[in-house]
Amino acid sequence: MSNIAGSRSTLNWVVHLSVLGLVLLWLFPTVGLFVSSFRTADQISTSGWWKALFPSEQNLTLRATNPGDVEQLEEGGRWFISGNFFDEGVEASVSVWGVSSRDIAAFTPGDTADLGDGEAITVDANGDYVWSGAAKLEGRGQRVFATATTPPEFTLGNYRTVLFSNSTTDSMAKAFFNTLTVTIPATIIPIVIAAFAAYALAWMDFPGRALLIAVIVGLLVVPLQLALIPLLRLHLGIGIGKGYLGVWLAHTGFGLPLAIYLLRNYMVGLPRDIIENAKVDGATDFQIFTKIILPLSVPALASFAIFQFLWTWNDLLVAKVFLIDATGETTVMTNQIVELLGTRGGNWEILATAAFVSIAVPLAVFFAMQKYLVRGLLAGSVK
Amino acid sequence: MSPALQGLITIAIGVGGCLSYFYLSNLFLDKVLFPARGPNAGRNINRANMIRPWLFLAPALMALGLYLAYPVIETLRLSLTERIPGGGYRWVGLDNYSLMFAEAKFWEAMRNNMLWLIVVPAASTAFGLLVAQLTDRIRWGSFAKSLIFMPMAISFVGAAVIFKLVYDTRPIEQDQIGILNALWLQFDGGAGSWLLLKALPALILAGFAALSGFVGWLILRPVIAGRFHGFGTPARIVATAASAAIVVLSVRGIFELIGADFNYGAPQTWLTVPFWNSLFLMVVLIWIQTGFAMVILSAALRGIPEETIEAAIVDGAGPFQIFFQIKVPQIMGTIVVVWTTITLVVLKVFDIVFAMTNGQWETQVLANYMFDKLFRANNWGVGSASAMIIMLLVTPILVWNVYNARKEMR
Repeated sequence: MSNIAGSRSTLNWVVHLSVLGLVLLWLFPTVGLFVSSFRTADQISTSGWWKALFPSEQNLTLRATNPGDVEQLEEGGRWFISGNFFDEGVEASVSVWGVSSRDIAAFTPGDTADLGDGEAITVDANGDYVWSGAAKLEGRGQRVFATATTPPEFTLGNYRTVLFSNSTTDSMAKAFFNTLTVTIPATIIPIVIAAFAAYALAWMDFPGRALLIAVIVGLLVVPLQLALIPLLRLHLGIGIGKGYLGVWLAHTGFGLPLAIYLLRNYMVGLPRDIIENAKVDGATDFQIFTKIILPLSVPALASFAIFQFLWTWNDLLVAKVFLIDATGETTVMTNQIVELLGTRGGNWEILATAAFVSIAVPLAVFFAMQKYLVRGLLAGSVK
Repeated sequence: MSPALQGLITIAIGVGGCLSYFYLSNLFLDKVLFPARGPNAGRNINRANMIRPWLFLAPALMALGLYLAYPVIETLRLSLTERIPGGGYRWVGLDNYSLMFAEAKFWEAMRNNMLWLIVVPAASTAFGLLVAQLTDRIRWGSFAKSLIFMPMAISFVGAAVIFKLVYDTRPIEQDQIGILNALWLQFDGGAGSWLLLKALPALILAGFAALSGFVGWLILRPVIAGRFHGFGTPARIVATAASAAIVVLSVRGIFELIGADFNYGAPQTWLTVPFWNSLFLMVVLIWIQTGFAMVILSAALRGIPEETIEAAIVDGAGPFQIFFQIKVPQIMGTIVVVWTTITLVVLKVFDIVFAMTNGQWETQVLANYMFDKLFRANNWGVGSASAMIIMLLVTPILVWNVYNARKEMR
């Protein structure tokens, strides 16, 4: 028995480690985008994002304060300017430095470099410097080339650009509201329509019911690619054209089969007694539906609502076909990101931030309502 | 009028309209058309109850008919016609199809789609099953699962951006900012590279080939033994043939891999290398769909009766035997469901290809080909024809689903 127990615990370790490995592998790409969205364009294009989390060694060109901007101290016939090369709060450390671009590693921290004409500069590891001259210092601040380890540095500037700037290409604010405008009616309306149909299919007897259910199961898998041309023609023909109304109707139509299927499967499982008792007490079907079935079906309604929300929020194809016209006024976030990919494919700071803005809302919904999503998935896959 | 206001009004009209439709139509039925009083009260109640289901169903049926059923017919019709410049349509028979079949880009899309159809469902289901099994008994399992499930919430476009960063390429003299190239430059063509980049993938492919061969055999066995009759037999033979094709493809893949000459030490532009770039696009979908497979399979694993496993342990079965011979056969039905559901997603995959390569460098797929024909070439005939091809590929799953749903209801 001891031998079995022994192999158990090794196996356990292997299981824990492989799960950890898989989770990290799955998280890694998203984390990359997330970290990148907090870095400046320079940082992104010069080093991998995985290096951003740790202090990095960089070659920097630093400049002392211009003599005209500070008061110089005079002591024993020499003039002094002292200060620190780094911004306040930055805890960088200099490993080597030099005063000529041809020899950037000439000195170690604490050394004093002779600049000629009686001038000299001393640089410490933390960036403190003392610059002195035999005469009053003039001109621009002394240049110093240093190899320094700088701590990770992050910025919110990208988010400011993407969310609040007035730039027509980079600002996602309009697209964000457009997406929201598409999503909310497209989530609510199919629920109402589907709930009534699901009730009829679950609890009312009529000829052709089984056939209807089969048809709906079939329609579940019809690719919406088929619907694009005929419906676009229809919308253009009856004067809806490209716009919000068209995209709401389209999302309603495409979401209905899943909605009816999910809700019917859930409603069928409700206890028969309740419904029959209500009928005996003289309740009409309409009353049974609104007073009994609907409140009891809230979990299934929530499941479908999350599905439809994620699907409409993340959709590109339907929006491109039914919503976005030549003016681009009604662009949604997914479409704008694709356009950014085309026009600013190299500007990762904008792309990463824009993508993250569009991902953030579904992720929040996902983590808040994961329970319902899982329940819906389990009920929704045709068994 | 601001769109947000328009949206609110639409919600109000949509929801209020639906509710008042249902309420008023029921009222009309009960009070005016067939009132439950007077001499015909009994007959009227019966009649009202015959009509009422259709009142409840009417809006849904209208929407379904208009937005899903009618387009199927209409697309079929459009695929057989041609637009006449200046308006109107002309019947051209199968011309659009033969035009499409003569196009190299279409066959490229078909080939890629077939590859997608094999790789993505297989890999997603396998990874999903792996994670579901591994997380089944550990304490932080549900946390791990929700992290792997997370990509489900991310749009295909968002995922495309995420993976574009992973695949990014910089000239050799700069630091790589894409993780894949940074890793790639660690390999120098020595023994380590050979082990990790050739031996290991070959081993995985061999394992995959063996697995699909085994599954094919499991599917075929009842047919050979003559225990299975009727509708299932042709389906089983087709499934076996498919798994045999997978075996052949993977074995060929192994040889190609061993013989391949990798360009070590140079950063690669991953999305422009034909064949491999399709695989890199598939990784995106696998990354998304694994969570789905995991959730469903994990629930199925939980549903396996404990006694069967206990009995196997008592009989001395090891963990691998328990997994492959006790657990997997019991959840085979669920595995098929997961597989077909992911297959449906794959057939419709559009956003990923559109955003990452737009079908360049031989990565075209059917859905993107169709979009290209429709909205860039403006050729509605050929576009509809390619949509019909997608419909055709979906049809077996459609029939299978309907068949199962009907069986379940009986």
